[in-house]
Amino acid sequence: MQYMCLIYSAANAGPQPGTPEFGPFMKAYQDFTTMVKDKGALVSGDALQPIETATTVTKENGKLETTDGPFAETKEQLGGYYLLDCKDLDEAINYAAQIPTAEHGRIEVRPVIVWDD
Amino acid sequence: MLPPLHINQAVDRTVKEHWGRILAILVKTTGDMQLAEDVLQDATATALTHWRENGIPDSPEAWLIQTARRRALDKFRREKTFDKLQPELQQWLEIQSDDNNGAEDEVIPDKRLELIFTCCHPALDQKTQVALTLRTLGGLTTDEIAGAFLDKPQAMAQRLVRAKKKIKHAKIPYEIPEATLMTERLSSVLAVIYFIFNEGYSAGTGRYIIRNDLCDEAVRLARITLTLLPQQTEIAGLLSLMLLHDSRRFARQNAGGQMIALEFQNRAIWDKQKISEGITLLKNTLKQQRVGPYQVQASISAIHAESDQWQNTDWPQIIALYDLLYAMQPSPVVRINQAVAISYGGKPDAALKLLKQLEQDSSVQSYQPFHAALAEILIRQGKTGPGRTALHQAISLSTNDAEKQFLVSRLDSLKP
Repeated sequence: MQYMCLIYSAANAGPQPGTPEFGPFMKAYQDFTTMVKDKGALVSGDALQPIETATTVTKENGKLETTDGPFAETKEQLGGYYLLDCKDLDEAINYAAQIPTAEHGRIEVRPVIVWDD
Repeated sequence: MLPPLHINQAVDRTVKEHWGRILAILVKTTGDMQLAEDVLQDATATALTHWRENGIPDSPEAWLIQTARRRALDKFRREKTFDKLQPELQQWLEIQSDDNNGAEDEVIPDKRLELIFTCCHPALDQKTQVALTLRTLGGLTTDEIAGAFLDKPQAMAQRLVRAKKKIKHAKIPYEIPEATLMTERLSSVLAVIYFIFNEGYSAGTGRYIIRNDLCDEAVRLARITLTLLPQQTEIAGLLSLMLLHDSRRFARQNAGGQMIALEFQNRAIWDKQKISEGITLLKNTLKQQRVGPYQVQASISAIHAESDQWQNTDWPQIIALYDLLYAMQPSPVVRINQAVAISYGGKPDAALKLLKQLEQDSSVQSYQPFHAALAEILIRQGKTGPGRTALHQAISLSTNDAEKQFLVSRLDSLKP
């Protein structure tokens, strides 16, 4: 069963680039990725460019509309994700809690739909 | 064969007594809580006609499981989902629903513990955990649960359906948590059981009969959990705490349903059997030297249970136990209760000082028990004016009718 772990945090929360804490923070992400890969749980995972780079797209009456910025203006923004293959929700929660951003942000764990064929 | 009238009763009784056990095994073997409930309802309906024609089977419980499994198997085959089941589930469903006689002799494994951990999974909110536990392990109907919590049956039904869907789609396991998760997950189970008990115990809301049923149900759930996890001392602590509280069931309300404070309760009508069971259990548990907050609270309750009258209460012991409790659970609520005990113990000034310290915490300001405690201590000191002000505060913050009534009558008693 696959679980999408969506990583949310506020822009000013947690270690910032250029500070001494940032290096170990990135290292913790590398270690986490290696760990889930070794356990055979990693399907995919990426970090996203900051929300300033976001474009929101919709079609209204067939006409393309684009908006500069993210869909939802909330304090905590989606910063990346891991797609993990787990036995059950307990395993997914266990991994999610080890994602470094869990220390200062939130991880939303969502099961991926399995379509009946 | 028994006459037809008794068939209804036999079915009723089997379902009531064994609902949780039967459902647990069906959930475990179908992997689907909703399906398990549906096929058990079906089997119950079938039992009515079948038992009337063929007599009540030797093991009604096994018969219901057998019939329900067969229904599940039919449904999987009809919907062509059988092949997608895990191989061990397939095998189990096929073998077990094949041979009628075999099933009656079968030792029915107890899967209630797995189920209670699923129902109380922290990925569900607490109200949902409570409702689900009452439905699946207690066998209460959706209407009964809605009635107990003054919810609309429709809303409660939706809550339960949503929860079962989440369990299925997010794959919350039907398993006893591994050792590293046990403490955390068990505390969630115990919180649910204690919540059920307190819903029944806090007077005034909901129907009285259902309220008492909730207390009984909480005690029953704690007994089951303790039987299945005997090494966990906090379960015994909680069970003991509930038995001791519940021993005062008939003394803590007057005929009009109004609350009677511990001080004025008729101790002669406290339930001696519950007290003795609670205290014996507590003593045996404390010996294991793995003390937790429930055991400490039970110890406090035991001191009250053991004193023949209010005047003889061992307050220093109670105050010391609150210190221990605070070390485990540093919450202002513990300190408020401790302050009350200190005032009863003859040191109202020290009690007031403790409450003044707590006042720094802004969350305490909007907390009803804080003002009720403050009022009680002030009034006992003869400071009626400030006591009255605190009582007014407490009344305005109270959300429970019986409690409000209690505070109002306290206020009335002050009038010259």
